[in-house]
Amino acid sequence: MAKNMNLKLKVWRQKNKEDKGRFQIYDATNVSPDMSFLEMIDVVNEELIKKGEDPIAIDHDCREGICGSCGVYINGRPHGPLREITTCQLYMRHFHDGQTIVIEPWRAAAFPVIKDLIVDRSAFDRIIAAGGFISVNTGGAPDANAIPITKDDQEWSLDAAECIGCGACVAACKNASAMLFVSAKASHLVRLPQGKIERERRALAMVAQMEKEGFGSCTNTEACSAECPKGISMDAIAQLRREYFKANFKVRK
Amino acid sequence: MGWFIKFIDSSLGKKLVMALTGLFLALFLLEHLGGNLLLLINDGGEAFTTFSEVMASPYNIIIRVIEYGLFILMFYHAVNGVRLWFLNKRSRGQAYESYNPSANSTLFSRTMILSGSIIFIFLVIHLRTFFFPYRLGDAPGSMYEGVIEAFSDPVYSGFYLLALVLLAFHLIHGVQSAFQTLGLNHNKYTPFIKGFGIVFAVVICAGFASIPIYFLFRSMSGGM
Repeated sequence: MAKNMNLKLKVWRQKNKEDKGRFQIYDATNVSPDMSFLEMIDVVNEELIKKGEDPIAIDHDCREGICGSCGVYINGRPHGPLREITTCQLYMRHFHDGQTIVIEPWRAAAFPVIKDLIVDRSAFDRIIAAGGFISVNTGGAPDANAIPITKDDQEWSLDAAECIGCGACVAACKNASAMLFVSAKASHLVRLPQGKIERERRALAMVAQMEKEGFGSCTNTEACSAECPKGISMDAIAQLRREYFKANFKVRK
Repeated sequence: MGWFIKFIDSSLGKKLVMALTGLFLALFLLEHLGGNLLLLINDGGEAFTTFSEVMASPYNIIIRVIEYGLFILMFYHAVNGVRLWFLNKRSRGQAYESYNPSANSTLFSRTMILSGSIIFIFLVIHLRTFFFPYRLGDAPGSMYEGVIEAFSDPVYSGFYLLALVLLAFHLIHGVQSAFQTLGLNHNKYTPFIKGFGIVFAVVICAGFASIPIYFLFRSMSGGM
C-alpha cells in the first residue's frame, strides 16, 4: 500500500461576486492516495469547519463523472492532470508527497465566480434555451422506430450528446471560447432526422447567444477537445461551422 | 448586404475570413517561391530577370488585379487577426495563476499573433528592400543585383531566416486550421490535411531559406 501524503493546497478564495478574491494556502495532511480529489477537499473542509472557518466552496453532485458540476482548474488544467475525466474521478495517487496543488475556478468573462471555486455557468443554459432543442407535440408517445435511423448516425449523434456541459472547454481554451459545448449541443440534434427541421434557426440562434454571452471565438488550438472529460471531437465544431455558414445563406431574412 | 457584413463579422465569420485569406496567401507563397528559386540557377540572373519582368509588366492585367487583391487581403488578414486577438483576450477576463496549455495544445496554435506580427514586420522590411525600390522606385541596377547585395549581409540574411522559421510556425497551424474553420473535418481526410500542412510549411520555409543561404555563402567565398 502506498503511503499517505502531505500536500499544500493553494486555493482561490472569494466571498461573493463582488469580492476581489485571493489565494490562500492550506495544508492537507495524511491524505490517502486512494481518496478522490473531492474527498480530499471534504477532509480539508471538515478541518476548516472544526476550526470555525468558512469551508472551501466547490461544486459537486453525482461524483461519478456524469453531472459536470465539479469543474475546477487544478495545476493549470481543467479537472487536473489526466485526460477524459472529471474532478470527482481524479484520485490523489496522481499527486506526490509534498506537492503544491493550485486550485482555481474556471476563468472566463462569461463564467463569473459566485464563491471560491464555483462559477455561474448559466450562460450555457441561455445558449440551450436559444436553440438547443427540437420542437415536438406533446401527447401519446410516438411509435418507436417510426423514423428509420442508421446505427452510424445514432452513434455519431451520441458521440456529441455525451457532452455534460461542465465548461472545461471554455476553461481550457485560450480564448475562453464555448465552441465545443455549443457545437456538441447543436450537432447531437442535427445528426438525427428530428433535429434537421430547425437546423438553420438553431445554428443562428445558438451562435448569436454564444457571442452575446461574451465567449471568445475558436482558433482551433484543440485544447477544448483534449481537455473534454467526454472526449468530444473537433468534428462537432466543424459541423457547427457548416451549419452556421449554410444557414446564413439559406434563411430568407 | 447588411446580412453579409453581419455574417463575415460574426465570431465564426471573422474566422472564415482568416481561413480564406490565409489559404490565398499560402497559394501566393507557393507562386513566389517558384519564381524565386530561379535565382539559384547559375545564369547571372537571366531566368529570374525574365520572370520578374513578365510578372511586373503593366500589360499583365490578370497579375496586376491579383496583386491589388493580394495587398488588400494581406492587410485584411493582419487587421482581422489583431482584432480577433483583442476580442479573445477580453473573453478570458482574469488570468490563471497556474496555466499549463502545452498539455493540451501546440505552441504553434497559441502563438499565431506573435508569429504573425513578426511576419508583418518582416514583410515591411522585405517590401522596402525589393518591391518599392525595384518595382515602384528607380533603383539603380537589376533586382538580381539587389538580391546579391542584400543577402551578402549576414545580419540581413539572418533576419530572413528567423522570419522564415516563424512563417513555418504560422503555416504549421494555419494551413490545417483553415480547413477546420471551413468546416472540413473528417476522420478520413483530416489526418492527411494535418500532415500536408506540416509538409507545406517545411517546404515553404526551406525553399525560401535556401536563397539567402546560397547568396550569403557565395559572397563569403568571394564569388559574385
